[in-house]
Amino acid sequence: MEKPAARIGLKHGSGGRAMRQLIEDVFLTLASPVDGIGLSALDDGAAIRVGDRWLVITTDSHVVHPIFFPGGDIGRLSVSGTVNDLAMMGATEPLGLTCAVVLEEGFPRADLERVVASMRETAREANAPIVTGDTKVMGKGEVDGIVLNTTGVALAERVVSDAGLRAGDLVIVTGTIGDHGMAIMSRRHDLRLEGDLCSDVAPLNGLVREALRAGGEDVVAMKDPTRGGVAGVLHEMAAKGKVGIVIDETALPVRDEVRAAGEMIGIDPLLVANEGKAVIGVRARSADKVLAALRAHPLGASATVIATAIGERPGAVILDTGFGKRMLAEPEGELLPRIC
Amino acid sequence: MAAKDLFQELKFRDPVRARALSEAIGHEVAALGRRVSVMHVCGSHEQAIARFGLRAVLPPDLELIMGPGCPVCVTDGPEVDEAVALAVQGARVCTYGDMLRLPGTARSLADAQAEGAKVDVVYSVSQALELAEKHPEDEVVFLGSGFETTAVATAAVALASPPRNFSILSVHKYVPAAMNVVAESPETNIEGYIAAGHAAIITGWGIFEPFAARTGKPVVVAGFEPLDILAAILKLTELMRAGKPEVANVYPRCVTKEGNLAAQRSLWKVFRPVTGRWRGIAEVRDGNLDLTAEFAHLDARKRFRIDTAPVRDDEAEEAAKGCICGSIMLGLANPGDCALFGKTCVPESPVGACMVSSEGQCRIWHTYGGVPDLRKVGT
Repeated sequence: MEKPAARIGLKHGSGGRAMRQLIEDVFLTLASPVDGIGLSALDDGAAIRVGDRWLVITTDSHVVHPIFFPGGDIGRLSVSGTVNDLAMMGATEPLGLTCAVVLEEGFPRADLERVVASMRETAREANAPIVTGDTKVMGKGEVDGIVLNTTGVALAERVVSDAGLRAGDLVIVTGTIGDHGMAIMSRRHDLRLEGDLCSDVAPLNGLVREALRAGGEDVVAMKDPTRGGVAGVLHEMAAKGKVGIVIDETALPVRDEVRAAGEMIGIDPLLVANEGKAVIGVRARSADKVLAALRAHPLGASATVIATAIGERPGAVILDTGFGKRMLAEPEGELLPRIC
Repeated sequence: MAAKDLFQELKFRDPVRARALSEAIGHEVAALGRRVSVMHVCGSHEQAIARFGLRAVLPPDLELIMGPGCPVCVTDGPEVDEAVALAVQGARVCTYGDMLRLPGTARSLADAQAEGAKVDVVYSVSQALELAEKHPEDEVVFLGSGFETTAVATAAVALASPPRNFSILSVHKYVPAAMNVVAESPETNIEGYIAAGHAAIITGWGIFEPFAARTGKPVVVAGFEPLDILAAILKLTELMRAGKPEVANVYPRCVTKEGNLAAQRSLWKVFRPVTGRWRGIAEVRDGNLDLTAEFAHLDARKRFRIDTAPVRDDEAEEAAKGCICGSIMLGLANPGDCALFGKTCVPESPVGACMVSSEGQCRIWHTYGGVPDLRKVGT
């Protein structure tokens, strides 16, 4: 196998194989046993048993270029990201969020106020109070604009991991895929694509609450397909659940403009980040109930079953293109548009 | 491509019609009553085949093989050395992104760039021209790679009186030669060929008639959507069964018999086919496109004394590392047969040329999961 690189590359932060390898090689040395789900589970967050309930904790640092993008901004992203990571563990009622910000000298105050206003609004939408924070300023060039970290805590009756899939389970995605990443890429690389590419960034705890209410114990795995996209999430679910997953590509909800942009720049929407979608594994008998509950919520109107867990080829993700089947590669590094 | 055209193309992705085509192919192959192999010679075809998992819907007795269809992959090490040497000698070398990491006998242009040489990635030859205009103090050398499709674009620039500091290092390749090299390989068992639709837009499908007549094998010109490719395979198996070594065109929305005559005129005014080495394969008769005498003033090989000695490694032998790119490009092996594939040879640190280029079969298979043929997976 390859020797690990002597220096960190961008691929080590892009949610794919390289990042997982780095975390396993370096950060897992920090893991110690906990009563519940700890670092070594590499889940969306941790869950520690407190009495007969679970304390769910998650943390996330946010950097995005540009900080204001079609459909959202870094403020909305930072609140949604943490609320969603809690929700993916089954904790849909955040007790509190922290907000730590690192600013670059010279960062416009008006932009900061705009970001904070957006955080406030998103926190209200998610019913997630921001309860403490920290501010640092670094010299020009020492940090790029703004880095926002949020940590969230919540109590849950039942924790949903991302390892619960069994053969026969169905996998639902709560809406159209690829919207966020494609909007960002289009803006970042100035691709001037036609149509309305718009980020889906949104807090999902309300939507997930409905799914859990409808499916109960039959909701067996959840994860939000951010970096690495739906492909990355399904690879994790397949590996951790020791099942194969067959995706029905023709069933994938993809907006026309995202599909067209993907064709043009040579990037598969399955690999592209989402910030307002969940991938939910359910026992087949409850799939219809969960789907109906999701579709009744404004953020879940185009929820669809996209994949099935199978007993063969544990750990593999297979794409049924409608023409034939092939393996779906695990996302590897930075997504770079092909420009031609 | 405008969004409207794109949606037109997406019509050629109808799974229901694909199933009908694959059933018909099954019928033809069953009627042939033996195992048969057909070859396409184009990275874009392989991308579509791997992307859509098309091999999984072909009958088990039909093998669909990729031939030497990646012009970057067949660019020989010593050709890369020339570009590296020019960059080291101080020229500003512009080329397509795929060429940057293609290894020479010792070094790639990316290596030269890391050592401080001026190397620019361009998306078109006209961008190289703009660089020449912007940097009159530099000798700008365009390393032109690709089949006749891209050679035509290079020719157009050559014909438009480029600035004096602009020259061309041509490593362009010629598609019909790629098919000849396979047909003449004694080990080949290919019974029919799928020709690349975009190259045929230029040359016309008529150009394959002498090949079909000489080899006794049918040729079908195909587009790049799943239905285009399946329709081409069906047509090919029909011609094989009928024993007709003919040329058929199933890409009539783009390709004519004569091709684009104006483009051919400029192509053959600027370039002439010459015999040269293809990486991992052999000497290929008329396989390379060199600048004609009339355009010698634009030919970097004539304009500069290229000294490759400092950047060359005469001992270099890719096969010694266990790389089987040569056999893969001839269609005698597939990436799955290579011990390095997906292990020591990955896109981030490629060993062989087929993993470097986005048109290379190893790179394509790796991108689409490594195992493109999943006939037996359940559900």
